[in-house]
Formats: sequence, structure tokens, C-alpha cells
Amino acid sequence: MAELTAVLASTHHPFYYKATTSPPDERPPYAGDWQRKVEAYRETLIAADPDILVMVGADHFHQLWLDNYPQFLIGQAEQYDATFYNEEREFGIPKFLLQGDVDFSRYMHQELMNQEFDLAVSHELKIDHSIICPIITVRPEADLPVVPIYTNIFVPPLPSPKRFYELGRAIRRVIDSYPTEKKVVAIGTGHLSLELGGPRQFGEHGPDPLFDADAIEWLSTGNAEAILANVTHESMSGVGNATHGFMDLLLMMGIAGEGEHADYVDQLDLFHTREMYITWYPYKNQKQAEAATAAAEVSDASTGPIYANDAVWDQFREEKQESEQGTGADALSAVGEGSER
Amino acid sequence: MSRYYVNKFLYTVDSDPKWVAAYKADPRGTIDRWEEEVGQWLTPSEKTSWLSFTEEEREALATHNYVWLFEHGAHFFLNLTLFIALYDQEYTARSGPLSFQREMADKLSPWVGKEYPSVAL
Repeated sequence: MAELTAVLASTHHPFYYKATTSPPDERPPYAGDWQRKVEAYRETLIAADPDILVMVGADHFHQLWLDNYPQFLIGQAEQYDATFYNEEREFGIPKFLLQGDVDFSRYMHQELMNQEFDLAVSHELKIDHSIICPIITVRPEADLPVVPIYTNIFVPPLPSPKRFYELGRAIRRVIDSYPTEKKVVAIGTGHLSLELGGPRQFGEHGPDPLFDADAIEWLSTGNAEAILANVTHESMSGVGNATHGFMDLLLMMGIAGEGEHADYVDQLDLFHTREMYITWYPYKNQKQAEAATAAAEVSDASTGPIYANDAVWDQFREEKQESEQGTGADALSAVGEGSER
Repeated sequence: MSRYYVNKFLYTVDSDPKWVAAYKADPRGTIDRWEEEVGQWLTPSEKTSWLSFTEEEREALATHNYVWLFEHGAHFFLNLTLFIALYDQEYTARSGPLSFQREMADKLSPWVGKEYPSVAL
């Protein structure tokens, strides 16, 4: 049977390629730290020695469109072109041609159907940056066959968070049962709190750093119960209108399993959004443990969960407290003024 | 009101460099031509007979009014990427990276703390 040697869940950011490949004098000030962290994260994939990548993303209105928008879709093609004109235009991302694995896609599709997940299928799928960003960050050779799975995080009504999590659980069962001697790694990308095309976009920090703190704790401790109790479509909208990509990270946590602590966890406050890089090794061996430790030394990452009470978020907790106290003081002062009149 | 048709405009224009250039140079004329050549077509040979813009939608598109489009439920991602395509380069040259995106955020700032208009169809 296939061995699932790693599960990677990360944010994807289409600026990474240009930020880190521009001439030195054109690179943004944050590029150096970002590249160091991404290249360290890449080492955690190398240690998993993958033969096939199951990749989870979400088409951003590139091929999939409102005349016929699937909730979940699997690609089943011999090859996949990647990167659309408007992604080259806006982000400078190059074109790729990824190899497919038709047999594994067909098996995945049928077995997910057998588990009551009725995915749509595409036999001519062009991949967008939700899957190419992680190729660029963790497998820039783009040399492995992929099984792409797309989710709807964009077109209401969306599937529930529970449905994303359960799909992750189902994908795990399918990988575990696939008759092959090959090593499989599942890689999926999404977002923490994020705003696009709204008033909170491109601010000094992500729209809700304290949601990000909870999200990273929940994901890195495999705390499905907390996520399903606290995260709804409405609550995600409240912390940023494009936060629903968090559900793809939840899906990846489903593949890793409930209660599974992550083996590598990193994050980076990249002004308008927070980046996150998580790896689970379901059958961690010494080589993987050493790789995670070595990578963490380079990137200042953690080789276990990062909790919401981490000092990284003190600044935001203090700001929130001050703002709440400020609001309270204003309210009291307003009452006082009112009573004097 | 046809949010679908407005989104179709944003989507199809954004995905074709010829339409992006035309919409930048002559928005009003481009909308008419787009309806004839793209908007009314489901596939290259199958026509959709009933889609049309309201006058307000047509005016908002003709004036690149992304605030109106946001406030009337155009999809936030399409509304962002197409107007980045139209304005990012000149704003960056004039005022630095992301200055267009920040101006857009500023113009939409009355919505901070409120429930945004739904993009559901």
C-alpha cells in the first residue's frame, strides 16, 4: 500500500516568486526572511522522499467559472499546464507543465465517490497559483506527478468546514489503501485571515492576527473539535472576506488526522497577511525528525505546535485590549457627559 | 440587476489581454462590443438570449467604478484583479508598489466593521 510520508499545509502567496527572483536592488525588504523560511520548509518535503504529490487548492476564477462551478473537483489528466495569462501579468509567475498520474486520479475519484464524496472531474485542467505556489516554494523542480483536487472557497454557498475536514479524512483513507509501493505526500494551500478587494486589504498586518494565532494552534495540534466549534462561514467573513481559504488548511489537517501534532510549524508576519508552513510526518523516522530540527534552526520554526499564547502575538493582544478599554472608557465618558446635561 | 453578467464581464475581460487593453482605453465603447462578441455567448456557437446589464451596472462599468461594483455584490476577487490590471502599473510608477490597492481599500473604508454586500448570486 502507498505510504503517506508527509502532509504539508501552508498559505500560498503569489508574490513569492517575483519577490525572491528580482534583481537584489528591486527585492522588497521582506524577501530575505521569506526566502530563508520557505527554503527551510522545502527541506521538510525533501526528507519525505515523495514519488507522487496529492495537491489541494482552489481555482481563483481561472478555468472554473460561475456557469458551472463545482464544490469539489479532481483532475484526471496525463499532464497539466499551469499558470494563466492574468497570473503572469499580475504576479510574474512562469508557466509550468506538470505530469499527472491518471491511475491514481481515477482510483482517488472512485474511492471518494464510494465514501459519498461526489467530486466533479476534469480531463483538461489548467492549474492555477493555488497549486503552482507550493510547487515553486517546496518543489521548484516540478518533477513529480500530481493528483490535483480543487475545492470551492469562493462561490457561495460553500461546503461547510466539517465537510472540508471530512473530505480530508476520506482522502487519507484513499491514500492509505492505494495499492502501490510509492511514497505519497499531500500538499495543500489556503489562507489564514485574509482580505482581498475589500477595505482591510494590504494593511500593515493581516486583517485579524489573533484569529491567525488560534488557527495555527488548532491546526498544529490537530484540534478539529475547536475548529468545528469556532469556525463558520460567517466567522471567517468577519476576520477577512477571503479567509474561507482556511478550510483548505482544515482539509489538510483532516488528512494528517485528529489530534496529530505537527512536526514542523513556522509562520511569518508578511505585513498584509500571515504566512504559515506546517508539516506532519505520519510515520516520522529519524531522517525526517533530523530534517525538521535542522530546518527549524535555520528558520526559527518550531518542531511542534505553536500555541495561541505565544509571545509572537502579545503585540496584537495588547492592541486589542487597549482598543477594548478605549471603547469602554469612551462609553463611560459618553454616559458621564450625558448625565451632566 | 445581473450580478452574474457583471461578473462575466469582469471575468472574461480580465482573462484576455486584448479586452484588458480595450477596457482601459475605451470603457464605454468596449462594453457594447463585449456584449456583441462575448457577453451574449455561452460557447463560440451557442448564444444566451436573455442576459443584459441594468443602466446602473453599465454606468458603473463604463466609469471603472469599483466602489459601486463592490457595494452591489460583484465578486471581490474579480473586482480586485481587473482593476489592478488597469491601474497598478501607473500607480506603482507614481506612488510605489501596492499604492493602487491601498487607495482601493481607503475608498472602501466606510465598510470596515460592517457586513459587506454579499457576493452570492
